Amino acid sequence: MFLAAEAIIVVLALLLAVIRQSTGPVLLPLRVVALGYVDVFRGVPTILVVYAVGFGLPALNLTVVSTQDPAVYGVLGLVLSYSAYVCEVFRAGINSVPLAQVSAARSLGLTQPQAMRYVILPQAVRTVIPPLLNDFISLQKDTALVSVLGAIEANRAAEIYSSTVFTYSSFVVAALLFLILTIPLARFTDHLIARDRRRRLAGATI
Amino acid sequence: MTKSFGDHEVLRGIDLVVAPSEVICLIGASGSGKSTLLRCVNLLEPLTAGSVWLGGQEITAPAIDPDLVRRHIGIVFQSYNLFPHMTVLKNITLGPVKALRVPHAQAEGDALALLARFGLADRAGDYPDRLSGGQQQRVAMIRALAMSPRLMLLDEVTSALDPELVAEVLDVIRELAQAGMTMLIATHEMTFARDVASRVAFLADGEIVEEAPPSELFENPRDERTRRFLRRITDAGRL
Repeated sequence: MFLAAEAIIVVLALLLAVIRQSTGPVLLPLRVVALGYVDVFRGVPTILVVYAVGFGLPALNLTVVSTQDPAVYGVLGLVLSYSAYVCEVFRAGINSVPLAQVSAARSLGLTQPQAMRYVILPQAVRTVIPPLLNDFISLQKDTALVSVLGAIEANRAAEIYSSTVFTYSSFVVAALLFLILTIPLARFTDHLIARDRRRRLAGATI
Repeated sequence: MTKSFGDHEVLRGIDLVVAPSEVICLIGASGSGKSTLLRCVNLLEPLTAGSVWLGGQEITAPAIDPDLVRRHIGIVFQSYNLFPHMTVLKNITLGPVKALRVPHAQAEGDALALLARFGLADRAGDYPDRLSGGQQQRVAMIRALAMSPRLMLLDEVTSALDPELVAEVLDVIRELAQAGMTMLIATHEMTFARDVASRVAFLADGEIVEEAPPSELFENPRDERTRRFLRRITDAGRL
């Protein structure tokens, strides 16, 4: 479930970041909406968002919206909250791409959307992998939050098990499971960062 | 052209006419406006006043889409600015494939031909970090040439290179000049300018102080500022 949330967050956050970075009068309404979204969902604590979605949406008593599994509400709450944070991380990445790269891309006659897609975003995303990893480790831990809605998570499952067996080793197992997920990802990320740094240092005068 | 950044007037009324296949070398001290002039010609910077005409068409007119114009003007920068996340071949084919909508296979074929012409065919699959500065700059020039531009702008393309790598880049420029490419070259390489230029323009404080064929400008400079500049260059052993 956490993987599905991660994928949706990346897509939504990227969309928000590109919209916020856009210039030009046509996209102004979208820019305002994106800014509002980010302000609200960074300002409100994640747990409150999860509560609001998980208890509030069923309370509306609408057909499709109110009858989902608690896990779905959990994912939705986390996605809404994390997308705002990750959007700002992507924006930092976009701003960190040297202006000279943009000049080179536009000088070839690429439009701004083309330059964004083929030159800026690939470099921006590579740059922000470390802080993104931070956020996704945090997301993994926040899946425990979802237990307040009654969804079975590793945390909750450990609680249930330990209440029958009366030992805390189940919490250790839960912790180990989290580590088994995050450590390989961290090593792989280190490898990507090292490779990308090598390439970037050769491209410009810095 | 006039160009100001806020209060700071960088170009104070530049009037320059370049005929097809002419090579104009822009010389002058740092801050004289050479880079700004080039960036205004390919519409990277908007002009404060004035206009730029290419092939009889005013490219600074508001109705003109600058992206379309930039496809006809190639520019090469002092710091190469190759795309580090792409191979050499991809760097060269990106423009033709995405901007000119050339079919992928054809763009690759053309790119490999250009690489072979300049002795870099075996580097097509490498990333820029594996190339020397001179090789990267030559790839940057090929990237600009792949768009089949009518005009090439070279902004101090050898200034960031180790001296022994400068020659290979100058050879490329010389070959382009002989093949008839129209070029505006900002450079500190005076001997090269003397060799290759149809005309040399000396810039100071945002104006073209003097403009003449190289033999005239270097032997008999008419303006005192030109004389002073050339004296400083000669004293530094660069001429």
